[in-house]
Amino acid sequence: MSDTPLLKVNDVSKFYGNRIGCRKVSFELWPGEVLAIVGESGSGKTTLLNCISTRLMPTAGSVEYHMRDGAYRDLYRMNEAERRFLMRTDWGFVHQNPADGLRMTVSAGANVGERLMAIGDRHYGNIRSTAIDWLQRVEIDEGRIDDQPRAFSGGMRQRLQIARNLVTGPRLVFMDEPTGGLDVSVQARLLDLVRGLVNDLGLAAIIVTHDLAVARLLSHRMMVMKDGHVIEHGLTDRVLDDPREPYTQLLVSSILQV
Amino acid sequence: MATPLVVSEVVKSFTMHLRDGIKLPVVSDVSFSVASGECVVLGGPSGIGKSSLLKMTYGNYAVDSGQILIKHHDKIVDLATADPRTIIDVRRHTLGYVSQFLRTVPRVAAIDVVAEPLVARGEKAETAREKAANLLSKLNLPEALWQLPPATFSGGEQQRVNIARGFITEHTVLLLDEPTASLDARNRAVVVGMIEEKKKAGVALLGIFHDEEVREAVADRIIDVQKFSPRKAIAA
Repeated sequence: MSDTPLLKVNDVSKFYGNRIGCRKVSFELWPGEVLAIVGESGSGKTTLLNCISTRLMPTAGSVEYHMRDGAYRDLYRMNEAERRFLMRTDWGFVHQNPADGLRMTVSAGANVGERLMAIGDRHYGNIRSTAIDWLQRVEIDEGRIDDQPRAFSGGMRQRLQIARNLVTGPRLVFMDEPTGGLDVSVQARLLDLVRGLVNDLGLAAIIVTHDLAVARLLSHRMMVMKDGHVIEHGLTDRVLDDPREPYTQLLVSSILQV
Repeated sequence: MATPLVVSEVVKSFTMHLRDGIKLPVVSDVSFSVASGECVVLGGPSGIGKSSLLKMTYGNYAVDSGQILIKHHDKIVDLATADPRTIIDVRRHTLGYVSQFLRTVPRVAAIDVVAEPLVARGEKAETAREKAANLLSKLNLPEALWQLPPATFSGGEQQRVNIARGFITEHTVLLLDEPTASLDARNRAVVVGMIEEKKKAGVALLGIFHDEEVREAVADRIIDVQKFSPRKAIAA
């Protein structure tokens, strides 16, 4: 067990005028740990994810990140250039809609290679071979490397987005409903892939989902949100098998059995 | 003899918020311990709280009060209050669990399902697969099935995958929730033999066995869970 958290979230709140986005959320995330944030639409999951990943400025609170040099930095006190560098190298962000995370009009290989160039890779041959390697890891045929993602199916686009994010060897990946718009067979394949990659690479991840089965499969720990508040928090199988809060019980009892 | 598992004054109830907050007491004042090399069996009729007790011991159910102390590496950890990270570490290195049903992951082959706990402990994938193969053949699972995901297996086949997965590691405490429920006599005997081996290796076992024959064969001690049940008090 590593002794220092990767991320320390302290009392993060976001208000949209009078309305609450999320309120006083605190937790720590450790290297290699997968945290699922669950709750119904409008419960503040994505607001919280966007605040932590600095895509959105919170109204109050702080998030400290354990940099590779060993120091903790407050993300909201970094300047824009430092934050962007972090997002391009040490972090990944997988959007629900792959079109938000990919460049749709450049080739698949360039989508993966762009992140490598951001960390200083310049040798075209190396970049291309790394891109091929990653396309294979996400089960995309290497013959498709010069095709644009516009020509890909939804499931392939999502896998390409994952390859693009993981190619730089990030330590932390944010995922917003990564299996959202996919049909179930494609979803199963993607989940298995994500699970394998997270285990092999020792990634820490924060996954927002409303699908409790996805949370059970991927996460170690789970936070349940309602109306912007974290109402229950614990080991994933504990929260799902012995839910304590009325809302969590409702959520768990509403799962359809197949 | 060392005592790696101590359960002390544990109380558990379920509050059903969707049923007007009705409170169902499950067990109260549960105290017992399991020593190394011993197999303790939880006895009593269905619905008395045996499985709940096992799940609490695994950190899967929360407890209302009391302590569940387990020797983890050189420290004592209270699973009733430990944070999720600690519980995950305890499960990885110290505490194993064979559940009644296998929770399958799509696309993962049976042999990798079995090998996974070893890989999680840092074992090389190849060594882990070899051990997994040994266990699966010991449990008479046809080799043709090893590379298939267990989702489509029969109940007995799934259970054998589950048992192999639970027994593959050298966890010092092992929880067994009816591991032989859907097995035939031949495979039941194999499992009894495997439990004996674990005992000899100094593992502390806590289990539920409805099958009387198996229970007689493996149990060193039977704890009647009925005495912890609040329902008994109401009936009396």
